[in-house]
Amino acid sequence: MSVQALPMNGATEKAPFNWGKFFSLDNKYIAPMFITTILVVGNLSFGMLESYKKTGIAIVASLLAELILSKIYFGKWPILASAYISGISVGILVRSPAVWPYFVCAVVSIMSKYVLRVNNRHIWNPSNFGIAVLVFLAPETVATLSIQWGNYLLPMIVIWCLGSVIIARLKRFHITGTYVACFILLAFVRSFITGNPWQSEVAPLTGPMYQLFIFFMITDPKTTVKSKKWQCIVVAIVAVMEMILRLDQVVYAPFYALFLVGPSALLIEYWFELRSRKGVSVARATA
Amino acid sequence: MKRGPLARIILAIIFFGFVFSPLIIKRVESSRAESKTRLDAASALARHGFYLQEVSKAAGVDFVHQAPTLDPRLNHIMPQVASMGASVSIVDFDRDGWPDIYVTSSKEGAKNALYRNQHDGTFKDVAPELGIADVNQAGTGVSMGAVWGDYDNDGYEDLLLIKWGKPELFHNDAGKGFNRVTEQAGLPPWVNANTALWFDYDGDGLLDFFIGGYYNENTDLWHLASTKMMPDSFEYAKNGGRKYLFHNLGGGKFEEVSEKEGISSRRWALAASAADLRGTGYPDLFVANDYGVSELYLNDGKKFHEAGEATGVGFAPKSGMNASFGDIMNQGKYSVYVSNISEEGVLIQGNNLWVPKEGTSANELKFENLAREFGVEIGGWSFGAQFGDLNNDGTLDLYLTNGYVSLDRNKSYWYDFSKIAGGHSLIIEDAKNWPSMEGRSLSGYQAKHLWLNDGSGKFIDVAQSAGATDTYDGRAVAFADLWNTGALDVVVANERGPLLIYKNAVTPENKWIEFALEGTTSNRSAIGAQVTLYWNGQQQVQEVSGGSGFAAQNQKRIHFGLGKTPQIEKVVIRWPSRKIQTLTPDSAKTGEINVVKEPS
Repeated sequence: MSVQALPMNGATEKAPFNWGKFFSLDNKYIAPMFITTILVVGNLSFGMLESYKKTGIAIVASLLAELILSKIYFGKWPILASAYISGISVGILVRSPAVWPYFVCAVVSIMSKYVLRVNNRHIWNPSNFGIAVLVFLAPETVATLSIQWGNYLLPMIVIWCLGSVIIARLKRFHITGTYVACFILLAFVRSFITGNPWQSEVAPLTGPMYQLFIFFMITDPKTTVKSKKWQCIVVAIVAVMEMILRLDQVVYAPFYALFLVGPSALLIEYWFELRSRKGVSVARATA
Repeated sequence: MKRGPLARIILAIIFFGFVFSPLIIKRVESSRAESKTRLDAASALARHGFYLQEVSKAAGVDFVHQAPTLDPRLNHIMPQVASMGASVSIVDFDRDGWPDIYVTSSKEGAKNALYRNQHDGTFKDVAPELGIADVNQAGTGVSMGAVWGDYDNDGYEDLLLIKWGKPELFHNDAGKGFNRVTEQAGLPPWVNANTALWFDYDGDGLLDFFIGGYYNENTDLWHLASTKMMPDSFEYAKNGGRKYLFHNLGGGKFEEVSEKEGISSRRWALAASAADLRGTGYPDLFVANDYGVSELYLNDGKKFHEAGEATGVGFAPKSGMNASFGDIMNQGKYSVYVSNISEEGVLIQGNNLWVPKEGTSANELKFENLAREFGVEIGGWSFGAQFGDLNNDGTLDLYLTNGYVSLDRNKSYWYDFSKIAGGHSLIIEDAKNWPSMEGRSLSGYQAKHLWLNDGSGKFIDVAQSAGATDTYDGRAVAFADLWNTGALDVVVANERGPLLIYKNAVTPENKWIEFALEGTTSNRSAIGAQVTLYWNGQQQVQEVSGGSGFAAQNQKRIHFGLGKTPQIEKVVIRWPSRKIQTLTPDSAKTGEINVVKEPS
């Protein structure tokens, strides 16, 4: 999941504690607080989690992996907001009666940031990578969250509104908005192609799994391209890829779509950057 | 990255080790599992101590369950809506000492069957002549299950038939016929029920009964007022049918007291069973709900108190479809098995084996789910299950049937099902929003599970090698010693499929003992009587049940396997009247059916 405005190099700021800023939407911990709210409200209201133990294991494994790897490979203690979000996302999204998938998924998610790097940045959203790997390699043991928020409209509306405001303040609402618009549009396309009721094609968007996906995964600043226009184009391609996978009846279509499209976009962007740098170098050399 | 290439290589190796660890775990787990090879009878006997042989045809039973045809507006999803109704209950309706079998069909106009045991290995359907066959007439609903209990203590088991429609009560007239007494008993005009059981919840010596509604009782599935009749959530639904608790007033009259006694729920009940979980002398009621959490109603003799969340069984919502009790560790405590849905690649709920937590009992009773640890977690789209000692080795084994809709083998409805199941209530509750099944299967053609208890906390699946090889859409499982041989036979009712009778051949090395109980002060069926057998330094408790599993009822006779060289120490019977009766080794004969009457 995303690390909204959080550098992974763990730079710390020493400043007097400001309560006003703490409760403002500019707080860099607002995303972790938001996802914690989803977790707590979801579980206290509707028993959304498999168990506290499993979610706890995911969070602790994620935090420990981040601490150890950052210290070893960057030589400094990291800010743990990113790892916390990854752990809590795994704890919410992974559904398995076994305990080990929560541990493995959290560790794989965090490690992917340190192993799968191009141009000194990781190219997969960590929890997207971990979850996609797990549901692909362990389908007999692992599924993802596929249920509702207890059928009450209010919690869903609150989360949509709160999430939208937070994402807007983080200047990434255009990504979420584009994806949602594309999903709805393509749901009607799928309905037209398959003959299924349009409501059934839109249905997944109303679930909490998608709320986490659109607010935290696809907006991850570390694993999205730089330009605003291309961010919109890439997320639209994610939606199209998802539609293609859905037409092939792939249950975990959104995770696989982001898994395939997200890194590809980053690699293409990197290739363009390299080319332009070379062009500049050549121009300088010939000047 | 600050570290050099070696550190990065080490990190990459560890990383890919974690990435591929699921494959390693899978390989290790499959290497531990029992071989799926089918064995002949002699080999199975040698390896497992028993062998099942399907003998329905040879036994003269050719019953095939038929499904209903509901409102045409459900045509596009008819196979999954009209997907229950195959049930089986064991009863000795004529008191001849031989178990008989009652089975239900669910097509409008189809006949139910009562197979009288002919004592020669065959059965004969006597339901038409006794008046309990033609019970699915159009306009009255169709059968979903049946349970037997002697509500008037005349010595003959009476029949409570539940339907998606009008529930019926039939009085057994000395085994010679059945008299419909529905109106006198005060049963409601329509209940879309999938579970019922007899129990004497207040210990007054008269059997009461519980009925659990599934669809809302105001819904006539043949004439829908609205297509908004589906669950409003896959895991939090509360728009199901109401629950009924009928208190026996005597004289063939009952009073509906569910609200007064503390049972008020609109969850989608699929299975219920009762047992005294806390040693209070009163039966507690466990209800497994589809689309939600299970409920456990603790009974203090005056009122029920719902304690699902407090005891741990009602926290994580799943798709409960079975409730059966078994003392799986020979400790004198019941565990509860609840079946759910597991489909590789889509949904892994896992079945629940609720085992009492160490150090908890009575009002502090708590359960923990040890299905994974015991190896009985993954069972496909699981339905009915029963505990019983199939190889007479002294530990309770577990038989689970499964499979939801078997249509086109090569086309699955799962993607569409999972898509709509995650939708908001406004979408999911309206049947017209559900994608058409178009002949696709939904967890069809599944292999069954027969887990042998090794006595040390592990169950090993031996279904294929022990002869349970069918792949029908199983619903109800019932155990009975059909031929009075000291072996538990297995009867399985399949949706849109044949009734299967698995005759059990057990190695004679393993001994057994059975108890046929009859209440005097207690209800005459002895439902709720607990028998604790002490032998070879261990104990096992079992209870006469008025309905357990899914849409099923085992024989009322209590069967214990004893192993090879049993030394019985004592047998303690606690009657529903709370009288304690102790049998000495001299009065409890191994290898025999011990008939025990409650002392006055």
